[in-house]
Amino acid sequence: MREGVGVFDVSHMGEVYVEGTDARRFVNHIFTNDVTKIGDGDILYGMMLYPNGGVVDDLLVYRLAENEYFLVINAGNIAKDLAWIQDAAKGYDVQINDLSDYYGELAVQGPEAEKTLSDVLGIDASDLTFYTFKGIEKDDEKMIVSRTGYTGEDGFEVYASHEATRRFWQKLMDAGVQPCGLGCRDTLRFEAGLPLYGDELTAEITPVEAGLSMFCKLDKDEFIGKDVVARQKAEGVDRKSVGLEIEGPAIARHGYDVLDEDGNVIGTVTTGYRSITLNRNLAMALVNIGKSKLGTPVSVRVRRKTFPATVVKKRFYTPNYKK
Amino acid sequence: MIKYLPSHEYVRVDGNYGYIGISPYAAKQLGNIVYVDMPEVDDEVEAGEDFGAIESVKAASDLFAPVSGTVVEVNEKLADNPGLVGQDPMENWIIKVEMSNPGDLEKLLTPEQYEELCANEEH
Repeated sequence: MREGVGVFDVSHMGEVYVEGTDARRFVNHIFTNDVTKIGDGDILYGMMLYPNGGVVDDLLVYRLAENEYFLVINAGNIAKDLAWIQDAAKGYDVQINDLSDYYGELAVQGPEAEKTLSDVLGIDASDLTFYTFKGIEKDDEKMIVSRTGYTGEDGFEVYASHEATRRFWQKLMDAGVQPCGLGCRDTLRFEAGLPLYGDELTAEITPVEAGLSMFCKLDKDEFIGKDVVARQKAEGVDRKSVGLEIEGPAIARHGYDVLDEDGNVIGTVTTGYRSITLNRNLAMALVNIGKSKLGTPVSVRVRRKTFPATVVKKRFYTPNYKK
Repeated sequence: MIKYLPSHEYVRVDGNYGYIGISPYAAKQLGNIVYVDMPEVDDEVEAGEDFGAIESVKAASDLFAPVSGTVVEVNEKLADNPGLVGQDPMENWIIKVEMSNPGDLEKLLTPEQYEELCANEEH
C-alpha cells in the first residue's frame, strides 16, 4: 500500500448529517476545531469533548454548506456519539440524521490511489487537495469523495450506498487492487503517528495529553471542554502521549506497563507494533510528563520480562500527503 | 508419542521428558513469528498454565503447557531465529521439560482428535 495502492472496506464508520439554521454554531459548539474557518468542500479533523476534557470521539467534519455538515465518526462510538450530539443540540435549531446504515465507505489509499480511482472506478478526483471533498453523481446516485485517509499516504475515501460500494469493491478486485484489512490499517495509522479512539484517545485522556491540542481552537468563543483544554495548555499536564522505540524482539502491546530506570510504573502502552515499513520495534505510550522528553531511557514490561526503550518522536513515518 | 492441547501446543514424549512446541496448524495461523518468549531452565511449568508467549506481527499468543514439570532445556536457537517455529514447528520445539505427572498425558488430545479439532476450526 505504501508503494502502490490498496483498498479498505471501512463501511462500519458512522456518518451523521447535521443541518439547520444553527448548524454552524452548533457544530462549533460540540467540535474542538473551528468550522467557521473553512469553506464548502473543506474538511476538518477534531474531537468532541466531555466538559471535563475527556474525549467523546475524534471525527472528521465535512462542510457541505454554511449550515450543512457531514460528520464521520468511529463505528464503535456511533450510539454514544449520537446520544451525545442529540443531547447537546437542545436549544439549537438543527436536524440530526444518522446515515450510518445508509453509507458504505471504501478507502483507496497509496501513491497510485488517484489513478486507480480514475481508471477503475471512473472517478476523477485529481482536483481535490488533501482534506477536501466533492459530491459526485454516478449511476444516478449522489456520493461523496474526499482526499482523506488513515494511513499516512495520499488517498481517497468514497461514501456511497452499500450497493454502489459493493460494485466499486468488485471492480477494484477485478482490477487486482490489493484488499487490506483493519489490522493493516491499524499498523499504517500507527506508523504515521495517528491516534485511534480506544487506544490513544478515551474519555479519560484529554487532547492536550494526547498531543492533539493543535486541533483545539482556543480562540473560538466556546466549545464543550474548552475550559479544561485552555487550563491544561496554560498550566501543563501530568502525562503525555509519546513514541517509544524498544530494544529487543518483544512487541509492547496495548496495556503493558512502561517503567523508569528504578522499575517504577510511569506509564502505559497505548499501541505497539513491529513496524513493517520501518522494521523498528515501536510503541505509543501515555507516560508521566517527567519521562516524556525525547531521548529519555525507559523500559517496557512484556509479560515477565522488561526491555529497554527510548522516548522518540511519535510520528515514526513521515506521511506523503497531497497538499 | 505426540499429544496436543486444544490451544494448539503439542508435547512429544521421550521417556520422562516432554518436548513442547506449537502445532503446524497454529504456526500457519500466526503468520510471521517475530519473538518467542521462553521461560528459563529450572522454571516449573504447570499443565494448563501459560509458560511463555509467541509473538507474530499480528498478535501475541500465550503458550500453555500440556504437562507439568521442570524446564530442563529451552530451544536457544529461537532466541536469534524465532521464525524457525514457523518453518518447522515439530522440529523446532520450544522447551523440554522433565515431566512430574505422567497422568497429564491422558487428558490431552490424540493426533486424530487434534486433527478433527483443526478441521472443525477451519469451517
